[in-house]
Amino acid sequence: MASSRPVISATLRPSRLRRFFASEFFHNYKRNLSAVLGSLIVFLFLAMVTAGPFIVSQNPYDVAQLDLMAAFKPPVWLEGGSSEFWLGTDGQGRDVLASIVYGSRISLVIGLVAMGGACLLGTTLGLIAGFYGGRLDAFIMRIADIQLSFPSVLTALFLMSAFGTGLDKVLIALISVGWVVYARTVRGSTLRETQKEYVQAARVSGLPNRRIILRHVLPNVLTPLIVVATIQVGTFVLIEASLSFLGVGVPVTQPSLGLLIKNGFDVLFSGLWWVSIFPGLFIMLLVFGINLLGDFLRDELNPRLK
Amino acid sequence: MFGYMIKRLIQMVVVLWAVSVLVFVMMSFTGDPTFMMVPLDATDEQIAQARRILGLDESHLVQYWRFLSNMAQGDFGRSFVFRQPALTLILERLPATLEIVFLAMALALLVAIPLGVYAGANPGKPASRAVMAGSLVGISLPGFWLGMVLIFIVAVKLQWLPSSGRGPTTEWFGLRVSFTSWEGFRHLILPAITLSIGTLAILMRIIRAEMVEVMKQDYIKFARAKGATAKGILFKHGLKNALIPLVTVFGLMLGDLIAFATLTETIFAWPGIGKLLVDSIYRGDRPVIVVYLMFVALMFVVVNFVVDVAYALIDPRIKIK
Repeated sequence: MASSRPVISATLRPSRLRRFFASEFFHNYKRNLSAVLGSLIVFLFLAMVTAGPFIVSQNPYDVAQLDLMAAFKPPVWLEGGSSEFWLGTDGQGRDVLASIVYGSRISLVIGLVAMGGACLLGTTLGLIAGFYGGRLDAFIMRIADIQLSFPSVLTALFLMSAFGTGLDKVLIALISVGWVVYARTVRGSTLRETQKEYVQAARVSGLPNRRIILRHVLPNVLTPLIVVATIQVGTFVLIEASLSFLGVGVPVTQPSLGLLIKNGFDVLFSGLWWVSIFPGLFIMLLVFGINLLGDFLRDELNPRLK
Repeated sequence: MFGYMIKRLIQMVVVLWAVSVLVFVMMSFTGDPTFMMVPLDATDEQIAQARRILGLDESHLVQYWRFLSNMAQGDFGRSFVFRQPALTLILERLPATLEIVFLAMALALLVAIPLGVYAGANPGKPASRAVMAGSLVGISLPGFWLGMVLIFIVAVKLQWLPSSGRGPTTEWFGLRVSFTSWEGFRHLILPAITLSIGTLAILMRIIRAEMVEVMKQDYIKFARAKGATAKGILFKHGLKNALIPLVTVFGLMLGDLIAFATLTETIFAWPGIGKLLVDSIYRGDRPVIVVYLMFVALMFVVVNFVVDVAYALIDPRIKIK
């Protein structure tokens, strides 16, 4: 196998992209069906939420575009369905597919932004705890312990009940439950890294702590976070859906996939299943894709956990 | 061992105290409950009086102290909505929740152990891959949505099982339960399946990973060399050691099940503590939310304590520091 790889000469270094395509990482990726499938799903979702609003015929939240005559139309392959609304319409004549495109956008943005926030907060606290140690470390880690003894959904639900609904509040709630896992991971690796010689050397040469942390320790503790961060986007999408389903997540004016399910639940018993079943199917597909990708990254980047 | 238990007990009290502070602070954020109590056309004087009765005219520190000392005496306040002690409301509904939680847990263990062991002992076989793919789907789907799909197919379309409510209950050791009668049990099936899926999927992955690890150990190789049968190796040497870590995830499992019971109970209109919590959040019924959280915190802390002690007793390799 190794002989088929291009030989990299020191004088003619290929571009970064070339090197990536020639890397072992990419080699394993190509041969891993679930990794390719997972990234394809994630890519399609990203394409859908960026280009989708220009493709679907209707903005489901522009009342002027809604037609009550078109309410409760079943999907196109069922009797009474219309080719204008592939996945049917809801009680206000909203195209279910268009709602899903707009809803995925909100769900995915919440997942990504909250992940970024949790990562930033958790990494910062983990670096501080691991590098300085002492009481600060004990304090941060005790909070983390207490929080971990509660399931995230319950903590988030409780926070939302205190804050009230809103996109910003959902983000705060998710960040508050999500930082712990980064803080713990980063603290552990920071403790290990600070024992190593390069950090000792940096200390001896008189660099300020801030610089040691940011330039020397931080780059060496980031790799395990990639896996955590990937999977967390999926977890956050699910938690947000649960909160919105319970009516304490996003406001009705900015419906995520979870809120679409909730709205559809009210008409499920009249047999109008498509309003709620399809949004759920899309959540499942999205989180499934993210998890497939996360599993592959875990095997590649943290081989000890394999 | 004794010293360790004392240390853990002190830790438990500290955790519960921290939770009480957090709950109190968060609850002070949620706005003024006075307006839940007074009529819409109340005068300023009536509002001030209501605030006095609720003790809201005093400083936060005094309020917190009263909150803590009342709790220590077993007084958790009265529900604004039901005009009953909040603790009574929780205790009344607890058996209903425990019923679906335990059934879901049993279901998860019953399915996850054989499948996880199979997938772990035969990695690479197509059936094992299918099991793993299935568990990934189980992790990825929103449980409440699955409940809706089940309601639609099994209850609305096929009309095999009831879609909501608890059905008839009977007295069983002083608790009101449904599983003793057939009609009651029929009501239990869908909520329990819905609740179990997420835990089942995670459990399957844990057991598989553990099994893969165990099967690599020297004692397995030794048993093979000794000429033990494949079945004997799998069950006597493999499974026994793979199941020890299950004890540690018991606490996590219970926590997840209780948390997701809020969603499952809401969908199936199951009269447990989860639905009570969600309803109380809608109604702004603060005392009930507080009792729910303190109660659940106590439950988790106690379960984790028991799990840690049990773990140390089961596995002689674990030394307590």
